[in-house]
Amino acid sequence: MNVLSIAGALLVGFGAIFLFIGAIGLLRMPDCYTRIQAGTKASTLGTILSLGGIGLLHPSWLGKALLILLFVLLTNPVSSHVLARAAHLAGILPRGDTEVDELAAETEAKHHSINGGGST
Amino acid sequence: MRAKAILLQFILMMGVWLLLSGRVTFENLAAGAIVALVITMMTTSRTSMLGEIRLTPRALGAHLLFFLVFLRELIRSNLDVARRVLSPSLPIHPGIVKVKTRLRSPLGRFVLANAITLTPGTFTVDIMGDSLFIHWLDMAPEDAEAAARHIVSRFEKYLEVAYG
Repeated sequence: MNVLSIAGALLVGFGAIFLFIGAIGLLRMPDCYTRIQAGTKASTLGTILSLGGIGLLHPSWLGKALLILLFVLLTNPVSSHVLARAAHLAGILPRGDTEVDELAAETEAKHHSINGGGST
Repeated sequence: MRAKAILLQFILMMGVWLLLSGRVTFENLAAGAIVALVITMMTTSRTSMLGEIRLTPRALGAHLLFFLVFLRELIRSNLDVARRVLSPSLPIHPGIVKVKTRLRSPLGRFVLANAITLTPGTFTVDIMGDSLFIHWLDMAPEDAEAAARHIVSRFEKYLEVAYG
C-alpha cells in the first residue's frame, strides 16, 4: 500500500458516498424537477471522485478516466435539462408549494409552441 | 471562422485519440491523425459553432478562470444539495425564474446553461432567445430577480470574454 493507492481508495469511497446521497435524494425529493436536481448534483461530484480515485489507483488509466469525466460533465447537464424541458412541455407542473413558475407563464403566452428555444 | 472550427475540432479529436490510446509512437500518431481528419471532414458542417471560441490570450485566460470558478461552484453545489437531501426536514423552496443573458454566441449560451445546471441547486429548464429559465431548489422569494442575476453574472463575465 503506497500513498497513491490509499488516496485513490479514499477518493473512490467518498465518491460512492456522494452517489449514495444522490440516490437518497431521488427517493426523498417531492417532484420531477427537484428529483432531477438531486440526480444531477450529488452524483456529479460522486462520479468525479470515483473516476479520479480510479485514475490514482491505476495511473495508466488516468487518461481514459479523464475522458469519461469530460463526457459526464458535458452530457450530464444536457440530459437533465432535456428531461426537465420535456416534462415542462408535457405539462407536468412543479409541486404545489413551488414559489414561482415563470416558464409556465411564458409558454402559456406562446400557445404551446413546441420549438420555443433555438430561435437565434 | 470556419478554418478555426475545423482546426479546433481536429485538435480535439487528436486529444481524444491520444487519451484513449495512451501511447505516443509514430504509428499511433499517424493512425490518429487519419481518423481525426476523416471524422473532422465528415462532421464539419455541424461543428461550425466551435469557431465562436476566441483564442486571444485574454480569452484563454478567461477560459482558465471560468474553469476554476466552475470547479469551486461545482463542489459547493454538491455539498449543498447533499446537505439538503440528508437533513430530515428537507429544506427546499423550489421555483422557476427567468433570467436574461448578455451572451450572443450559441456556444457561449450552451456553456452557461451547462455551468448553471452544475451549480448550487440551480438548473436550466429551457432557453428561449436570450432568456434562461432556471429551476431553483431553494429560492429567496423576496429578491429572486437579483439573486438569479447573481447566479448568471458569476459565469457570464468570463464567458463574455471567451465567447462573446
